[in-house]
Amino acid sequence: MPTTYSVFDIAGPIMVGPSSSHTAGAVKLGQLARAIFDTTPEKVTFELHGSFATVTKGHATDRALLAGIMKFKTSDSRIKDAFREAKKNHIAYEFQPTDLGPKFHPNTVRITLKKGSKKMSITGSSIGGGNVMICQVNEHDVDIRAIAGKYKSIIVSHDSSNQSLEELTAYLLKNKHHIAGVQTSRINSHAMSIVNIDKKHLTLDEVLALEQIQGIEFVRSLTKLAH
Amino acid sequence: MSYIFKNSIDLLKLCKKHRKPISEIVIHYEMEVSDSSRREVLDKMRKVASVMKEAINGGMFEPKKSLSGMSGGSAQKLMKYFQKKQNKKHGTLLNELAIRAMTYAIATGETNACMGRIAAFPTAGGSGVIPGVIMALKEMDKLSEEKVLRGLFTASGVGIIIAENATLSAAAAGCQAEVGAANSCAAAAAVEMRGGSPEQAFTAAAMAMKSALGLACDPLGGLVEVPCIKRNALGTQHALGAADLALSGIVSFIPFDEVVEAMWNIGKLMSPKIRETALGGLAVTPTGMKIRAKLGLPSLKKITENQTVSP
Repeated sequence: MPTTYSVFDIAGPIMVGPSSSHTAGAVKLGQLARAIFDTTPEKVTFELHGSFATVTKGHATDRALLAGIMKFKTSDSRIKDAFREAKKNHIAYEFQPTDLGPKFHPNTVRITLKKGSKKMSITGSSIGGGNVMICQVNEHDVDIRAIAGKYKSIIVSHDSSNQSLEELTAYLLKNKHHIAGVQTSRINSHAMSIVNIDKKHLTLDEVLALEQIQGIEFVRSLTKLAH
Repeated sequence: MSYIFKNSIDLLKLCKKHRKPISEIVIHYEMEVSDSSRREVLDKMRKVASVMKEAINGGMFEPKKSLSGMSGGSAQKLMKYFQKKQNKKHGTLLNELAIRAMTYAIATGETNACMGRIAAFPTAGGSGVIPGVIMALKEMDKLSEEKVLRGLFTASGVGIIIAENATLSAAAAGCQAEVGAANSCAAAAAVEMRGGSPEQAFTAAAMAMKSALGLACDPLGGLVEVPCIKRNALGTQHALGAADLALSGIVSFIPFDEVVEAMWNIGKLMSPKIRETALGGLAVTPTGMKIRAKLGLPSLKKITENQTVSP
């Protein structure tokens, strides 16, 4: 996906310190994981890789990630009280250092969210200045980044038949969305697609309609996360 | 007509074509990429400027010690020192503009270290330089708010080019990508605010970045405090110096885009130990090790056993 930076990716974010990549970026990764999971989790496990593992405490990376899970903004002064806020919201949490291997950026976290029988794992990297990317959803490799401060990607979890994806793109085109690109990762009978749309965002009704298509497990639009 | 640029050559072409300063092209760039009106874009930058001022005032007038105890109170100390020396025969070595730039940079860093609110411009680690230079210039030259916003847009334009062609992450390329980048952005802004040409702005940006090449990111205990805060203060001097050199007509032998390429190249050659992991440089000096122990960070031996940190 081409990256076009917004002026405010550079002149910002307005954030609570101390680190843009380890604090603000961590808040955003938490927010994205929460948005993809689509509900407040009962339990979250953060596996911290590289520099995220070694300098967590001093940058409050742990509190920042947890704050993002609770949908706090990067400028929210409650970030420093995230442990207490999580307790109040009945979210259990755990932090583990890990080594995800050399293919990942040095500031990477794998976030596993659980609620009842629902479980998802989202891996993301903080790539500098508070900018982030999501590089895995469950076991699928993806590439989701903000363009000009806005997420225009739709995440689609579906079966590996082409039919469900074809129906989805047909629906988008019918509703006058412009599709800039599609990336699909297939593992066995399951697939994850990232559909990048231009111009206008998906409405909630459109998301719900897309989820009715046979073979589609869920559709997530990250449009609300513009900062 | 598109205002998108990816490097300084593109941006300078746009300046020439439209006969406009860098700031104006960057404002149009943002209107285009974010599909916003001029007013929305300017309002957003106004917000950035106001957060910068709050952070400076917080650090100068309500100094607090950071949680680690390593920082806090230096901005106020520098301000008082200047006031004491002001009308003496032997004043401060640097002029008032330079001292103010350092004071504001330190104040911003001190606010950040206490989990206060700042604008991470271009990143939190390098967030002192740009407000330091721009706000000091505003006060000394008695500039309008519009001029300040222009300085901030010009700085953003330089930052976009660095992010696009290299990185702004110290974890990827060391401090040269954060404070070095900030120096570069601030130098270009200072040139435009003093009426220099777009070419002179990029000359200043190139010279400021060249002086920061190879700069390690080696903070004590991994905290954005030591050496970051004072490094931002001295970064303002690189920016102001580079701006004066450029305004005098001196040109950079290496063009800006190539300097950015060199920064990225050097970043890739740097050991991960000096890329924001607190495993090298100042972080592992005896003083650094004491801070490490105080913060309860794992011993260095344990880390090298558990992690694949390549040499």
